[in-house]
Amino acid sequence: MASRIVAFNLNGRDVEVMVKPLTTLQTVLREHLHLTATKSGCRQGGCGTCTVLVNGEPMLSCLLPVEDIAGQQVVTLEGITPVEGLHPIQQAFFDNYAIQCGYCSPGMIMIIKALLDRNPNPTRQEVMDAIAGNVCRCTGYESILRAAEDAARRLQSA
Amino acid sequence: MAKLRGTGIAAVNYPTGMNLGGDPSQALIHATTTGTFVISLSSTDLGQGLKTVIAQIGAETLGVPFENVLIDTADTDTGPHCMGTFASRATHRVGNAVIMAAKEARKVMLEVAAEELEASPDDLDTDGQGNIYVKGSPERKIDITSVALAAHFKYGRSISGRGMYIKPKSPVDPETGKMDPDSTEAHACVVAEVEVDTETGEVTVLSLKSAYEVGCQVNPALVREQIIGGAFMGMSHALYETTAPYYPSPDHAPGSFSEYVIPGPHELPHIESVVLEYPSVNGPYGVKGVGEMTANAPIPAIINAISNAIGVRLTEYPVTPEKILRALERSPKLKQPAQTGA
Repeated sequence: MASRIVAFNLNGRDVEVMVKPLTTLQTVLREHLHLTATKSGCRQGGCGTCTVLVNGEPMLSCLLPVEDIAGQQVVTLEGITPVEGLHPIQQAFFDNYAIQCGYCSPGMIMIIKALLDRNPNPTRQEVMDAIAGNVCRCTGYESILRAAEDAARRLQSA
Repeated sequence: MAKLRGTGIAAVNYPTGMNLGGDPSQALIHATTTGTFVISLSSTDLGQGLKTVIAQIGAETLGVPFENVLIDTADTDTGPHCMGTFASRATHRVGNAVIMAAKEARKVMLEVAAEELEASPDDLDTDGQGNIYVKGSPERKIDITSVALAAHFKYGRSISGRGMYIKPKSPVDPETGKMDPDSTEAHACVVAEVEVDTETGEVTVLSLKSAYEVGCQVNPALVREQIIGGAFMGMSHALYETTAPYYPSPDHAPGSFSEYVIPGPHELPHIESVVLEYPSVNGPYGVKGVGEMTANAPIPAIINAISNAIGVRLTEYPVTPEKILRALERSPKLKQPAQTGA
């Protein structure tokens, strides 16, 4: 089938991409737009590292045909990272040793961003529920849970 | 239906590195014109923090601030030789190589500083804050950047050093089988508490409490995170992970990562650990390896705890709910009071 142009808003800017039908948002981000913070993990919706926000909701970009988000607002890890320094969630990950190999980190940070945006003071149970679809093989989750709680405190006192 | 609790214990002696055919690592250090010390390695940081601890070891030996050290593990095609990051060997092997290289580079650095300060190199020391000073008169000093600039543009010298560490191959005595298989050994003991649901066969790990003896810790926070991550991975091996789970037919075997069972944050048990430091004689600053071992002892500790809970010895892992339910059929603990006459 023929390619077509899909327009959406990415990290506050309007973008247009020329794609074949069923091209995923992950492929568009990484291979068309060269925004590689969004990782490519299992590519079947099983690991969560490709999580991005669509209209503020966390979504798995590996399962999302880009046509489905035409005209909508997409935010990736690049979109929340300041020009200088780090976002409070990134800083909390750094300070709490929540990053080892780093492969899960972009997805973890985005899913925690989505959680804290709608629930600024979550319980540990609520953090666990939020990140349950995101796999981390290094940390045992303990430091990530600590980082999420620390990030909530930082964002509330900011 | 009941929930049975049990406690299990397991210990591990973990060898640092291996010695089947000699086990070398090399390191090269050079200062840039502005006094950044680049440590070139072919070792890989898998996320456990090798770059951080090697930078700490290099900075300590050079006598320069941690921030002045840059670790370059860019390319095994062009870097100095390393056997790799495995067998908990990297901090030990690479650390020793870096100390050797750093001593050589430090010697050149002090020689150049001596020219600039009109002193003898033997009379100089570093303050660890980025300066080299004359012992006994700390006001006579020069900063590292000035030394590096002088070395490059005034004296035509390279502030650099070469390091290598090799654990020689140890032959096996054909009579006794005696050999020297490793460089040093770290030790640990893990106590697991579990709860077994006799209706579903599911196991909940309530806690993993451990003591680790790992030589000197270069970075205690990174050691702690290795222990927590390893405990969780051990639990994952003990209870969940297999590419061939027990099912009636291989057709039901998982065909993708999405179906490969691993625990998530909800399964995180209470993890508690103390670390004891008995320096090794041959590790850099007394280091022993503390990587892989953290995932070892939790496995038998958890399975011993399950055996303790249900009264049946289990000898195969992962201990899936199916295996528990089959074992429970043989368990003396599950006999009804009326049947046992109790």
